[in-house]
Amino acid sequence: MKTQQKSLIESKGERIFNKSMIIIGIFISLITLYPIYYTFIASISKPLYVSNGSVMFIPRGINLESYKAAVTNKAIWIALGNTIFYTVFGVLVNLLFSMTIAYPLSKKRLFLRKQLTLFTVFTMWFSAGIIPLFLAFKDYGLLNTRVAVIFGFAINTYNMIILKSFFEQVPDSLEEAAVIDGASNIRILFSVYLPLSKPALATVGMFYAVSRWNGYFWAMNLLRDDSKMPLQVLLKKLIVDRVANETEAAIITEQSMSSPLTIIYAIIIIAIIPMMIAYPFIQKYFKSGLTIGAVKG
Amino acid sequence: MKRKTIISKSITSRKIKKAFSRDWDLYILLVPGVIWFIMFCYIPMVGLRTAFYDYNVFKGLAGSEFVGLANFREYIGGPDFARTIKNTFMIALYQIAFCFPIPIVLAIAITEMKNKFVSKLTQTVTFLPHFISVVVVCGLVVNFLSPSQGIVNIILQKLGHDPIYFMVLPEYFRGIYTGMTLWQNAGFNAIVYIAALVGIDPQLYEAAIVDGAGKWKRITHVTIPSIMPTIVTMLVLQIGKMVKVGYESIILLYKPTTYVTADVISTYAYRTGIANRNYGLATTAGLFEAVIALIMVVAANRLSRKVTESTIW
Repeated sequence: MKTQQKSLIESKGERIFNKSMIIIGIFISLITLYPIYYTFIASISKPLYVSNGSVMFIPRGINLESYKAAVTNKAIWIALGNTIFYTVFGVLVNLLFSMTIAYPLSKKRLFLRKQLTLFTVFTMWFSAGIIPLFLAFKDYGLLNTRVAVIFGFAINTYNMIILKSFFEQVPDSLEEAAVIDGASNIRILFSVYLPLSKPALATVGMFYAVSRWNGYFWAMNLLRDDSKMPLQVLLKKLIVDRVANETEAAIITEQSMSSPLTIIYAIIIIAIIPMMIAYPFIQKYFKSGLTIGAVKG
Repeated sequence: MKRKTIISKSITSRKIKKAFSRDWDLYILLVPGVIWFIMFCYIPMVGLRTAFYDYNVFKGLAGSEFVGLANFREYIGGPDFARTIKNTFMIALYQIAFCFPIPIVLAIAITEMKNKFVSKLTQTVTFLPHFISVVVVCGLVVNFLSPSQGIVNIILQKLGHDPIYFMVLPEYFRGIYTGMTLWQNAGFNAIVYIAALVGIDPQLYEAAIVDGAGKWKRITHVTIPSIMPTIVTMLVLQIGKMVKVGYESIILLYKPTTYVTADVISTYAYRTGIANRNYGLATTAGLFEAVIALIMVVAANRLSRKVTESTIW
């Protein structure tokens, strides 16, 4: 009797626990999303309402002038084109370079395998840092070239190790069968391993694509011409350094439809949209990648 | 004795020959990657000797004057040394104090949510900011905290408070940076723990229920001990990369007025080198950081071997 009573009380306590977990979950989600939501509603509201604080949860004075101002900025389209270029060719180069070194290193029979693996893994423990790498680019004559951005970051050791771990999991029997058929190693890689490695390639490709799309630091330092700059570098100028000065805030009136700030918010939303569209894919592949990554190198 | 070495030599050479005759194309596959590692990892490492030169921008390293430890004396003797070391460790400490435990709590909360929709929603939403670029996240921070029209100061003013110049005052920097990293990475860092939590044997919970353990007892006596190995491994990893604080976001957020709390070794190296073109001094600071990082990684790996009986590498 007593125990039954106890379990009843507990189930009540558990119900409260479960209810409060739901509230906590929704609360965390709302807090996390609010900055993006606020940016969105502010970007479609009249600047006056944004600056006097009447836009908090719902947009007021809805209009798309800020977006019009943002998309008529030609520089954004040039920069976006550059980002697409760096992402597409960059990821191709990333996959090609990572795959071709990961495959031999995944073979246990490879002579000097241990030493070669250490040669790659050591770079995760010790790296020269920003300045020597920059000076190396300078010595190679690669400053202000697209080649520097694409080939200079051809391999991320961690991603390469993920591919290598994946290749190691492919059963040897498949390779042996191909060897009997007289296939060369390169052929085996391309016609046996790659078709099997599509999920791993998609995952690693996604890792690379996200860092290509979001990267600004090296592009900012290696490139000089605006015509070569990717979107993130331009975004830095527009939304972080805020080249459009805040003093313009003084001329916000009841009539103004956009202000430097609401245009900044519109640009932020435009910059986030591609990521939002890709997010379901990103989420799917990143999670599987994180579990592949759990396999030691 | 001599014969033996000759024989063993010939055996290895035969082995090599055999390996090459069968796998020569595997070695060809290695070539682009190995060249890449040499060009963009190892040659820059050799370039660390710039730390011992007064680097001449026009003549390159070959035409620069060897100055021995002058750059080290300048860095260590200068006012920036103590500040950058202190800031690097303080920011790392903030990361370990806040950005390390919160993902664990978040992961436990997500797995404890019996409502599948809410659980999934929380996970999806908190995972999202990780994929927003550093530039956009810093842009959000800078604009939200802007004294005239930023949402934070609008709210403060509504509450009758004077606007605060968050980005200019040094006392706010570490808090802002920590909060930003937390928003961006808490959900992402929780994934590892969620994977570990899902793997806990349900029988352990059933046994705990039979023993009369309530929700809280089950969390403290079953859940946390079960994911302890993961927690320890992640902590060790975190310590290993402690000094590599995110210079990419710090250089977007800091200002000369906040250097006193914000300037870390890598941002100092960056500013000294890329902006002021004092490559020798900048490399010295960078070398300092790289060596500390290496020591931390080796120490962390030793520690992990002791604690979890498995190395991370």
